[in-house]
Amino acid sequence: MITLENVKKIYPDGTEAVKGISFEVIDGNLCVLLGPSGCGKTTTMKMINRLIPITKGGIYIDDKDTKEMDENELRRNIGYAIQEIGLFPHMTVRENIATVPTLKDWDKERKEKRAEELLTLMGMDPDEFMEKYPTELSGGQKQRVGVARSLGADPPIMLMDEPFGAIDPITRDRLQDEFINIQEEIQKTIVFVTHDINEAIKMGDKVALMKDGELIQYSTPAELLAAPKSRFVRDFVGSDRTLKSLRLMKVEDAMKKSPRAVRKDDDLSEVTSIMAEEDLTYLMVVEDGRRLKGWVNRQDIEDESGVVADVMSEDTGSAELGTSLAEGLTVMLERDVANLPVVDEHGILQGIVTFNDLQSLIGETYTERGGKHPEVTQ
Amino acid sequence: MRRRIVLITLLGIFIGVTVWITQMDTLRYMHPKTYGDLARQTWNHIKMVGIAELLAIGVGVPLGVLVTRPGLKRFATPVIGTANVGQTIPSLAVVAIMAPILGYRFESAIIALFIYSLLPVLRNSFTGINDIDPAIIESAKGMGMSRLQIATKIELPLALPVIMAGIRTSTVICVGTATLAVLIGGEGLGKIILAGLYTQIPLLILQGAAPTAALAVILDTLLGGFESWMTPRGLKKS
Ligand SMILES: Nc1ncnc2c1ncn2[C@@H]1O[C@H](COP(=O)(O)OP(=O)(O)OP(=O)(O)O)[C@@H](O)[C@H]1O
Ligand SMILES: [Mg+2]
Repeated sequence: MITLENVKKIYPDGTEAVKGISFEVIDGNLCVLLGPSGCGKTTTMKMINRLIPITKGGIYIDDKDTKEMDENELRRNIGYAIQEIGLFPHMTVRENIATVPTLKDWDKERKEKRAEELLTLMGMDPDEFMEKYPTELSGGQKQRVGVARSLGADPPIMLMDEPFGAIDPITRDRLQDEFINIQEEIQKTIVFVTHDINEAIKMGDKVALMKDGELIQYSTPAELLAAPKSRFVRDFVGSDRTLKSLRLMKVEDAMKKSPRAVRKDDDLSEVTSIMAEEDLTYLMVVEDGRRLKGWVNRQDIEDESGVVADVMSEDTGSAELGTSLAEGLTVMLERDVANLPVVDEHGILQGIVTFNDLQSLIGETYTERGGKHPEVTQ
Repeated sequence: MRRRIVLITLLGIFIGVTVWITQMDTLRYMHPKTYGDLARQTWNHIKMVGIAELLAIGVGVPLGVLVTRPGLKRFATPVIGTANVGQTIPSLAVVAIMAPILGYRFESAIIALFIYSLLPVLRNSFTGINDIDPAIIESAKGMGMSRLQIATKIELPLALPVIMAGIRTSTVICVGTATLAVLIGGEGLGKIILAGLYTQIPLLILQGAAPTAALAVILDTLLGGFESWMTPRGLKKS
């Protein structure tokens, strides 16, 4: 756990870069420091590994005061990755990754194994890249090696300053996705600096929004979108924050569970009575084990003498449980349907998201007090 | 490859000219130097350049490195500036100034050459370290390298090729300037040139100038090879 207690930074020239901020990052969480340029994100981050001395206040790691630790020792146990990467050009990828292990006097075999392991984790083939020099890598590959190097000696804590800032949007998106998966596996305690709200929402368990050296709001991305504390937050988050929160929420958070469903050979008369009873204009059609087959629409039932199979439409379009609501909404708009069945990875019907539900959800995210919204981050 | 062809051609011409003149029979106005004279003066030349260059390296590298250190950085401009002035003054003037100050002797020649060779070494030592991408140093620091580790494992290896380039430039310039050093008591191929100037025999001047040029080309090539041998693969431009 990282604890910042009333941390202040006044530079020698009098610039008050950080004006007494306090927050905690719990173990295994990724905390994003977010804010406009010059608000003090980098300064705050660098005070954690004491690259910048603290003027006032204290930073504690697992309740131990960092001021009392040997600064090089402290840094060797905190991974450090920056936008400019700073790979050592005269060393191979393997030597770069082994930087901290070398400082920690690991033996050769262990270093070798670790470098291989990390390259693999980063999705790079060790055989191909181990002996390459930084100049022989693409921008994205350099960035990956930079992250691998910061993970060198498996530090429990990582500091990352816009690590994906200097690469093209498509590669950045991919690196972000990869890193989210990696973090799921390695569970580091991370402080991640960015000025990009989308990156913050995507990556963060918590977001610390800063302005002029002050901490304005510290909350989950969902809360930040749903309940901005001030006009500044609202403006910073952007007017499309509803869409952003749809990207953040999953269909399973918004669906009605276990909807009524009928089978192919059910009589249509039965179907119409269920529809009347439940006040529905449609019903999902499933087969054995509730596997989704299609649906029936009330309008399509002209004659109640047949069975479901006569009037049902197959291939309704559906969304899997983990799909984001934004993607779900896209499917609904594309197919021009107001109801989207939600299935698990085996195609078994799990629930339904309706357009009305989405609308009221969007309404909710607009209530400025926060109100109710699905908890999505934990 | 093309560069190598040019160098070999040049070298062939210089050595060819030297041999051609040395082979000549004594004419009425001209007494060409013997191979023995040439060898002796070439050796003197190398000795003078070598001593001056070693001094320049001994002073220039540590001084150049020193003024990149955080506490001493404010001295960088005055130090480099002073050396710059030394280089700006024409070599003949440096030599001329040294003579009355230090007298007409071998040591004066060495000191004049040293002053003249210092700048490229000093400047490249400074920029070699100063121009390292700050992100490299920052990440080294951020990963917990000590100041000493950063200096020895990052800064010096990265600056070494640049420093070597400075030494190479300085040596080549020094070979040329050394021909002037004979004016204040130096030895070397300059003596032959000087003799040619006094007697106004162009071939004799050429007999001193051609081996000097050959020496410059040879040293440049040798040091260039050494430089590229010392450059880590990751820093080589392919
Ligand atoms: N070494 C320094 N000396 C004086 N002032 C500084 C120094 N470093 C940063 N500052 C100032 O402190 C403030 C915060 O800087 P910081 O680098 O932390 O901002 P940031 O939030 O990381 O910005 P960006 O998104 O542009 O990287 C800025 O006003 C900056 O000008
Ligand atoms: Mg910054």
